[in-house]
Amino acid sequence: MMEYFDIYLLEAMVNGLLLGGVLALLALGLNLIFGVIDVVWICYAELIMIGMYGMYYLVQYYGLPYYAAAPLTILLVAFLGLMLHFLVIEPLLDAAPINQLLATGGVLFFLQSFATVAFGIDFRNLGIRLPVLSIGDMYFSYSRLLAFVAALAGMVVVYLFMTRTYMGTAIRAISQDRQIMALMGVDTRKLYLVTSALGGGLAGLAACLLVLQYDVHPFVGLSFGPITFLIVVLGGLGNFVGGFVAAFLFAEIISLGGLFSDLEWGYVLAFAFFIIMMFIRPAGLLARRS
Amino acid sequence: MTSSVTLHQLVPWIVGAALIALPFVYGDPYHLHILILILIWSFAYTSWSMMGRFGLVSLGHGGFMGVGAYVTALLWNHLGVSPWVGIPIALVCAGALALVVAYPCFRFRITGHYFALVTLALSGIVLQVITATRDWTGGSLGYTPSRTTGSHLAALQFDDKTTWYLIALGVWAGGLLIWRWVDRSMDRYALEAISEDEDAAAAAGVNVTFEKLKITVISALMTAFAGAMYCQYQMFISPDTVSGIAVSLQMVFAVVVGGIYVAMGPTVGAIITIMLAEGLRVGFGTKAVGWDNLVYGVLLVVFIIFLPKGILGSLLARIRSSSKQ
Repeated sequence: MMEYFDIYLLEAMVNGLLLGGVLALLALGLNLIFGVIDVVWICYAELIMIGMYGMYYLVQYYGLPYYAAAPLTILLVAFLGLMLHFLVIEPLLDAAPINQLLATGGVLFFLQSFATVAFGIDFRNLGIRLPVLSIGDMYFSYSRLLAFVAALAGMVVVYLFMTRTYMGTAIRAISQDRQIMALMGVDTRKLYLVTSALGGGLAGLAACLLVLQYDVHPFVGLSFGPITFLIVVLGGLGNFVGGFVAAFLFAEIISLGGLFSDLEWGYVLAFAFFIIMMFIRPAGLLARRS
Repeated sequence: MTSSVTLHQLVPWIVGAALIALPFVYGDPYHLHILILILIWSFAYTSWSMMGRFGLVSLGHGGFMGVGAYVTALLWNHLGVSPWVGIPIALVCAGALALVVAYPCFRFRITGHYFALVTLALSGIVLQVITATRDWTGGSLGYTPSRTTGSHLAALQFDDKTTWYLIALGVWAGGLLIWRWVDRSMDRYALEAISEDEDAAAAAGVNVTFEKLKITVISALMTAFAGAMYCQYQMFISPDTVSGIAVSLQMVFAVVVGGIYVAMGPTVGAIITIMLAEGLRVGFGTKAVGWDNLVYGVLLVVFIIFLPKGILGSLLARIRSSSKQ
């Protein structure tokens, strides 16, 4: 009896770890946008939803292979991120932060209902079923493993971009001091656009990975959007490492909580944990107390 | 000068009398239904703007509304508790929830983005709890308070629209009175000072945490009451219609469109949003699914960029500036 329990526990923990990889990727995109532009994209998960539809149509409708459709989707969502910044955020750069938040909330409504109108409310999937890996009595899906590996790879690429290129260095600098960088002759507008495209691209990558695990429908964003915001806030807005740690912590809570009861209770536990942590460490998990 | 002042004072009474008389003159059930919905939602939006106007942007009001609706309905169905008792209990629950979440937030100075996201978590929790306890609440399929077999008054269930219209009108007017009461109180100045600069307000002797807590609890109680009213009127609630992030955003949207800083702003917002949704529904039928939100979304973005004071707020500002000249 005890043996089975342990195996389930271990399986849930590993699955939590795999889920954490994707959540960390989502958190990274949001953190990047917030850290650099100081804006929270409430509609981030909806960008992913559009990307998932992009994958669906490219693979199912135009018959492209998965690995050819993925780069196209990443480009598509990167372009959406660019447009979001250009059309919505740029006119509001000097407005109150809460107005920026609400405007992207409007974009959330727009994208959701656009998907409802354009694609209908049916659940759709790629029709690709990856095999299940079994180790002993434990089962893991390849799609989750692939998502985990690709998410980690994506994060490494972003890390290298941020530390090894001129553009990345400039982006990191601007997140430290917005005003001074403009005085140093840096074109902040261009950097903001690049960052938005990069954030969009990360959303696109997430879309390619999530579409393997979940059916697409216009409201799919609501199932992982709120979680992403909580992770980002828990890690400290704009704190990349904090977001990474928080993503795995959250994923484990959801996965282990779901083991003992329904999946919803896993979410309830994770949300409650978030609220409690906000009181213990309001500035984020890894923040130093001032 | 004196005559214009008296006229100004008379307008609410005339409008009020006309609104009360309306269902007796014109009793079309469909139009009354739309009016009742507008009044109930106006009240909910007014509740949100009670704190929203002071920069306390909450995305958790869907949670309070859900608590108000579900606690009332669950007490009625499972324990047979009349809504006359159930609604106060629901309000206490919502108030307690608001205290538990808001006190530490304000104590530890969680403001702006962070406050919005913490409250977002709150509405997420309420939504997930309702869905997870599907054995009692019906989960995402929704929940119906059982029809009363006894007194309609005791069960707060009425079949005719005129009664509901008058109740909704009273509730809405009550909401405006509370708005006005806050608007004329010292708390308003304290809260405005806080929204400008917390440290300066605290240095000037304002009890920042207490003032914010007070307005949050008032706002949460009102929102929960709106949820209970909606439940009693519609006799059907689901997590999507009274709880969750979509409802929270809908409140924010309506208030921003109508005007966040003026008393009638949320009402104008409710009229616009509900008329828009109904107009599209009637005009396009089932093809209109999604179109109303599409228009909302675009309008919300456009309003925040070009008219951050909202329709009514901008109109009033224009009238005031032209009358000064």
